[in-house]
Parts: sequence; C-alpha cells; structure tokens
Amino acid sequence: MELERSDREFMHPGHVGCPGCGAAIAMRFLLKALGEKTMMIIPACCWSVIAGPYPTTTLKIPVIHSAFETGGAVASGVRAALDMKGDRDTTVVTWAGDGGTFDIGFQALSGAVERNEDFIYVCYDNEAYMNTGIQRSSSTPYGAWTTTTPGKDWKKMRKKNIVEALAAHRIPYAATASISHPEDLVRKVRRAQATGGSRFLHIFASCPTGWKIPSEMAVKIARMAVQTNIFPLYEVEEGLHYTINTKPKRFPVREYFKIQGRFQHLTDADLDVIQKMVDEDWELLLRKAGEHA
Amino acid sequence: MKRVLEGSQAVAEAVRLARVQVVSAYPITPQTHIVEFLSEYCASGTMNARFLRVESEHSCMAALIGAQSAGVRTFTATSGQGLALMHELLHWAAGARLPIVMAEVNRALAPGWNIWVDQTDSLAQRDTGWIQFYCEDGQEVIDTTLQAYRLAESVALPAMVVLDAFFLSHTYEPVDVPEQEEADRFLPPYEARFQLDTAAPCSFGPLVPPAVYMEMRHDIAKAMETALSRFPGIENEYAAVFGRRYGVVEAIRCEDAEIVFVTSGTVTSTARSLLENLRSRGERLGILKIRLFRPFPVEAVRRALGGAAKVAVIDRNFSFGASGIFAQEVRAALCNAPGHPPVFGFVAGIGGRDVTPELLEEIYWKTKNSDAPEKESVWIGLQEV
Repeated sequence: MELERSDREFMHPGHVGCPGCGAAIAMRFLLKALGEKTMMIIPACCWSVIAGPYPTTTLKIPVIHSAFETGGAVASGVRAALDMKGDRDTTVVTWAGDGGTFDIGFQALSGAVERNEDFIYVCYDNEAYMNTGIQRSSSTPYGAWTTTTPGKDWKKMRKKNIVEALAAHRIPYAATASISHPEDLVRKVRRAQATGGSRFLHIFASCPTGWKIPSEMAVKIARMAVQTNIFPLYEVEEGLHYTINTKPKRFPVREYFKIQGRFQHLTDADLDVIQKMVDEDWELLLRKAGEHA
Repeated sequence: MKRVLEGSQAVAEAVRLARVQVVSAYPITPQTHIVEFLSEYCASGTMNARFLRVESEHSCMAALIGAQSAGVRTFTATSGQGLALMHELLHWAAGARLPIVMAEVNRALAPGWNIWVDQTDSLAQRDTGWIQFYCEDGQEVIDTTLQAYRLAESVALPAMVVLDAFFLSHTYEPVDVPEQEEADRFLPPYEARFQLDTAAPCSFGPLVPPAVYMEMRHDIAKAMETALSRFPGIENEYAAVFGRRYGVVEAIRCEDAEIVFVTSGTVTSTARSLLENLRSRGERLGILKIRLFRPFPVEAVRRALGGAAKVAVIDRNFSFGASGIFAQEVRAALCNAPGHPPVFGFVAGIGGRDVTPELLEEIYWKTKNSDAPEKESVWIGLQEV
C-alpha cells in the first residue's frame, strides 16, 4: 500500500475536466506517486485543456505543453538537457492521451523507446479523441460508436494493443493500470520511477462524456473492464517477463457493454463476437505469462 | 587559425565553439556532413554535448524544444524535405520564444527528387518567426553561426543560418577558425530567462485565450524589430574580437550604380566577378547582398537602392502564382519610398542549375535594355522543351 503518500497533492483544486473525468483521477494518483521532482510533457490531449488556461495551472509541477505528435521527442530533449546539467534526480514523464500515443505520436514514441531514453511515458486511455468531441482512434474498441463511426458504421476493427507494441521494443518496463485499482497504479508508477531507461504505463481512464455513462459510474466502469478481462492488469519486464496482477473473474462482457451509451446499438450476436475476442486475448496473455487457463 | 574547411565543417566548428549542449539531427542530403562532424566531436569528447539521433526531423525539432525549455543551448541542421517536415514546430519554437539555432542547407523540394540548391525551402518558412541569415562563403558561415546565437538569445527567438547546397556546404575554402577563448569572450554561456524548474514550477505553452494570444504574438513582432536594431551592436562586438563585419546587407558599389543586382547566398560571389568585368567596360553595376532576411532590413534596402535607376533581383526560388520571393520583399520594402526605382525580377538557378557570369550578364543587359519590367519575374536560362 502506498497510502503514506495519500496526503500529498500535486493538483490544485479547480481543474476544468468534465465531471467524473477518469483522466483527472489518473493524473492525481500519478503525481502522488511521482512526487515534486517531476517534469511533465503534455502533448495535445484532453489534459491540454484540463490543466487550465493561461495564466492558471492546476498542476504543481513544471509542465511543457507540446505539439500532438511529439510526446516521445520532447521528453528526449528535456532528459538530455537535464543530463547535461547534471540533474539525475528529476523524473521526466510524458502524459499523453490515446490519440497522441496510439496514432499521431506513435512514431516519436517508438523512436524514443528504441533509443531507450530515460523517461516514463504514460498514456491515459479514454478510447477516442475526446477533446475534439469523441472521434475514433486506433484505441477505440471494436463495436464502439463515436462521432466518426456513427450509426451502422460503428467501429469494426480491434483496439490496437499498445502494451504489446511497446513490449516488442524490449523496453525495461511496460504495464497496464486502471483508475479503479489505485494501489496497483501507484505501485506501478513507483516501480517505473525506480527503473532506468524507457518505461511505459497504459492507464485505463474512463470518459463519462464520450462513453455516455453517468459520471458517478466512471470508476465502476473501469473496474468492470478489469473484471471482464477487457482491460487486464499486468506488467512486462524487458519485453519478456509477464506478470498478471489481478485474478481473473471473467465476468461476461455483456454487463460492461450494456450500461454504456456508446455500445447500445450492438446486438447479442455482436456481443458474442466481442466475448470471443476478449477470451482469445486473455488466453494469449496467459500463455505469455506462462499460466494456464 | 586559418584552416581549409568544407562549408559544412565551418558550421560544425562554430557549433563546437558555441559550446552547444544538446544536438539533435536526422540525416538528409546535403546537410548530413554537418551532423557527421558533430557526431564525431561528441563521440571524441571534442564537444561536451548530448547527441540525439532521432527518428525524424519533426522529432528533431521537438527534442530541441524540450532541451532548450530545460535551459540549455541547442543546435540542429536540415535541408529541403526535412525543413518542410519541421514546419509545425518552427512555429512552435518561435512561439515558445526558444533561441534554437539551426543550419539550413538549401535544397530543392520534391517531386522530382532533387538534392541541389534552391531557396524555396527556407523562404517558405519566412512567416514562422525565425530569424534568417543567408551566407555567401565559409568564413561568413562560421561567423554568422556564432552571431546567430548571440542575436537569438538576446531577443528569445530561434535563428536559421542558411547556406547553399554543395556550392557552399561541400566546397572547401580557407576559413579563419576562432580560438575557444575568443569565442567565449563574444558568446557567454546560455542563461534562459525562463526554464523548466522543479523548484519554481511553471506551465509552458498552455491554452491561451483570445484575450492574451494577440499580445503574445505582438511581443514576437516587437522582438523581431529589436533583433534588427540590436544586430549592428552585436556585429560591433564581433568585429572587436575578430575584426570581421558583414552588415545586415552589403552594398557593393551602389553609390554610383545605375543598375543594382539584389542577391543572396553564393550567387553574390558570381555577381562580384561580373561587377568587376562590367565596371572595367564602363557599365555601372552595383550589388546589394541581402544577408539578414528575417527580420527584413527595410531601411537598409531602401538606402542602398534609392539612388539606382533600376533594380534587378535574382531569385533562386519561386512562389508559384506570384514571383521570386526576394523580389516580392524588395518591392514591398520600396513601394512606400517616393520615387523608388523599378524592380525587375529574375528567376535563375532553380534546382541546382548553375548561375554563371554569362547568365548574370544576360540579366544585366535585359534590365538595361528594358524601360519597365515585362512581368513580376522572368525565368532566365530556360531550355527549349
């Protein structure tokens, strides 16, 4: 448990996120774990707005807002400058959404981790371009409605598996985490902080506005994603050693889907297809972790 | 110390002397030699700097934005397509008021693939808020690069040192390379006015509403004006240490000139030889070499061209649908000066084609024998197709 840090806050009250914003919850836990010797890069994402307009900021750490596709690259430069100044204590962290990570920023991220730049890259994943008004990204799950996948054109492609893509770069540490499991999240942030080289955290951050759920359901939905194995919690060291952090409950995905407005058009047959995908992915993960179903 | 250096190495030597701390680069011909030299310097310890071998020019400029924001002096070099890919972040570097210095080796833009000299790449970036210098030879490259750091840091704007592909980047010339102590005397260590600092946390580049954005942009406009007024003083200091001075423009025998060529880059050297030739035959040619393009030295241009009967601008670049870009700028500078001379625009040497003394002489006679420009830009040296 990391509750000794529970009284430390690195966010001022008054962020401008939507009610129930999972990304705001994720940021709060992240900073509690990282502490004040942290510099943050925020490429274009919801948090470009949530942090507050000039001259205000809700964050108590130095932040550089950057262009959409530059999360990995700007962090590389900040780290290089700190190294030249002899500052080895400060943690450099990029905080990006799924669009800035899975899509437009993927090249810079891949480049930075291939160079094993010494920084933590955190993707808070709300599964679409929420800041611009709920457009599809390559993180949007199969079956989802968005404003660019409306009506019968709901998304027919799988969500990109970003952690596997990062693990394939053989980086020292990659992990998933969820706002529904704060102790696990804080432990992983601290573990990442204590590890050198490129580290990647994929945080599931629900979005009541974009997912069309009541704001008070934000954390519950995130927990259901873990319990259904839609978003398993696990860690990968050096791209090789897998550890699954939560016991599988294998709740049916139907429960998760039926309470979100973005999935209301799906039929029972569609949900059967999705259940099969989730089961397949889980079996694959078990095999990688050396466990059996 | 005098050494025979390739133009690319003149850049690298200046970067070494400037004690740059973070270099980031991506390979592209014809810029590559510059960063190869710098890679060597970093690997051998000749320079104490981190070299970031990024995966694109876009990431290159992004990395420098990060490094400079954290308070160190930075450098990169690029050309053509690479500069075009950086475009978004050129605006960002200027808007963030980061005095990044970049060498830009002019290269023609594709398609078709063409690695040879053409200024359209750098001139297409004229509205990004970068200071731009155009260099004529290797000595000017090394001197301008050092001066660019002083000027950029004094007004908190990025600066581009532009040189012609191959004619300058790959040509060997004797260059007087300053001693480190002399360079240090001219260029003190970089001190950021604002930087990322965990002891004094600030937020850089957040959302800025209309109530403030316009004033921030006006500050950049004022910084450009300050750059123009401050540069002569910086050159005086440079001259005090090294004895060399170039000016924002160089007016060569413009006082009594009937026709003045406006040139930039290595074409100027060719024009100098034509000037000697024509003067010996009684023709009164002058040359106005534009060295500082952004901020554009309007007053200096008006002064130098005011007495001429005709002006002929030679552009190794083109803005489609308009004219050569230096010609546009010269016309804009002159249009509010009463009784200004007519401006003839000529486009030559596109995509690395030679601009020979004969070609320039053709431009001279065309200008002399025409009462008024037939159009905004006349393309010279076109082959029959």
